[in-house]
Amino acid sequence: MSRVRVLVGTRKGAFVLTSDGKRERWEVSEPYFAGWEIYHLKGSPVDPDRLYASQSSGWFGQTIQRSEDGGKTWEPVGNEFTYDGIAGTHQWYDGTQHPWEFARVWHLEPSLTDPDTVYAGVEDAALFRTVDGGRTWHELSGVRQHASGPSWQPGAGGLCLHTILQDPSNPERIFIAISAAGAFRTDDGGQTWRPINHGLHSEGIPDPGAEVGHCVHRLAMHASRPGVLFMQKHWDVMRSDDSGESWQEVSGNLPSDFGFPIEVHAHEPDTVYVVPIKSDSQHFPPDGKLRVYRSRTGGNEWEALTNGLPQSDCYLNVLRDAMAVDSLDSCGVYFGTSGGQVYASADAGDNWTPIVRNLPAVLSVEVQTLP
Amino acid sequence: MIRVVLPAHLRTLAGVHGEVELEVEAPVTQGSILDALEDRYPMLRGTIRDHATQRRRPFVRFFACEEDLSHEPADAPLPDPVAKGAEPFMVVGAIAGGG
Repeated sequence: MSRVRVLVGTRKGAFVLTSDGKRERWEVSEPYFAGWEIYHLKGSPVDPDRLYASQSSGWFGQTIQRSEDGGKTWEPVGNEFTYDGIAGTHQWYDGTQHPWEFARVWHLEPSLTDPDTVYAGVEDAALFRTVDGGRTWHELSGVRQHASGPSWQPGAGGLCLHTILQDPSNPERIFIAISAAGAFRTDDGGQTWRPINHGLHSEGIPDPGAEVGHCVHRLAMHASRPGVLFMQKHWDVMRSDDSGESWQEVSGNLPSDFGFPIEVHAHEPDTVYVVPIKSDSQHFPPDGKLRVYRSRTGGNEWEALTNGLPQSDCYLNVLRDAMAVDSLDSCGVYFGTSGGQVYASADAGDNWTPIVRNLPAVLSVEVQTLP
Repeated sequence: MIRVVLPAHLRTLAGVHGEVELEVEAPVTQGSILDALEDRYPMLRGTIRDHATQRRRPFVRFFACEEDLSHEPADAPLPDPVAKGAEPFMVVGAIAGGG
């Protein structure tokens, strides 16, 4: 029978939650890397017991951990993230130019084909890659050296490269997103990149339709249809049917078009999930009700999913990397909250149960479906 | 033998318990101790001082003989009791609160 392993990164450590395919009874691990911020951990698609974790601390900086046994034991690997060449500058909050400075790894994306190859999205925004299992990291500097780079500005969470999507049908094509620069695409394996933000409209920047400067919160794709992308932007849920060449708004009837995560059903490419949040500074659900919204039409028409979720007095947040799906026959959907709960639905979102209620604030959730 | 006390998080990261003992050639300085420490425990590179600049990370301090030596030059000789192993060189995570 299949098993499910949920990898949870929190403000104070990592947790591994495991269940059989029924997804009714869960085991919760002790904290790994207790006391450290774990922005993200993720397993290799070709070797699921090979996991990588981003471990960081305001005192001791960045460490990368690797596991060969599904998270039971870990080994620190390389943690040197040096920008390629002269680091240069980007725009700072006060309009001056500010040196590019490495702060932390936000997201680790293992290769679809090689367990030793992993992409890392970092703050200040840059893309790094290892091809030796995390021992050494090298910048794919074409991202940061795009002509628009000096104009990029940090969002409230920092100038972070937080989303990395590999096109399973084209190994040369990768999509990334940066807050607050926007979405970018390479078609040559990471050497050169160009913005793919045509159709985005962002109030609050001087030119709402600018080529860059958009606060993209998250991108999502279904592996069977990699030309279709979904985006949760600072405001607006967007869809592209041409690999990001153009975007259309599909917020439809959402109670708020602000939010962080966006995810696609494992077997239905037009079934999409978001968690509407109030903005600009409140960052909790509208009306104190925690509702996941599901569209079965690829956007525009959304239904609230509430069974098992708190429908009063709920004022927490769900961050951009804190939602994921499993690939069992009845698709499981999972998300973690700033209040330390991890909710799971074993029926595509119809009913929800907390797997665990009292973790530290959840930063990321990834799910592995195991044989 | 030079004695080094690490903060709990770095002991966990390096997989050590209690004090670390290191052979360090004279003159014993902050720099030579940290070089020897990182040679023995490569996973500590970048956690105490920056990879590129070799500057002490802001919330890490160096104490010895009841003195804060954090602002001493990295190549300044450390007090004799440290060089002779009578007193430990302490790497301290600053009491800085946070979340």
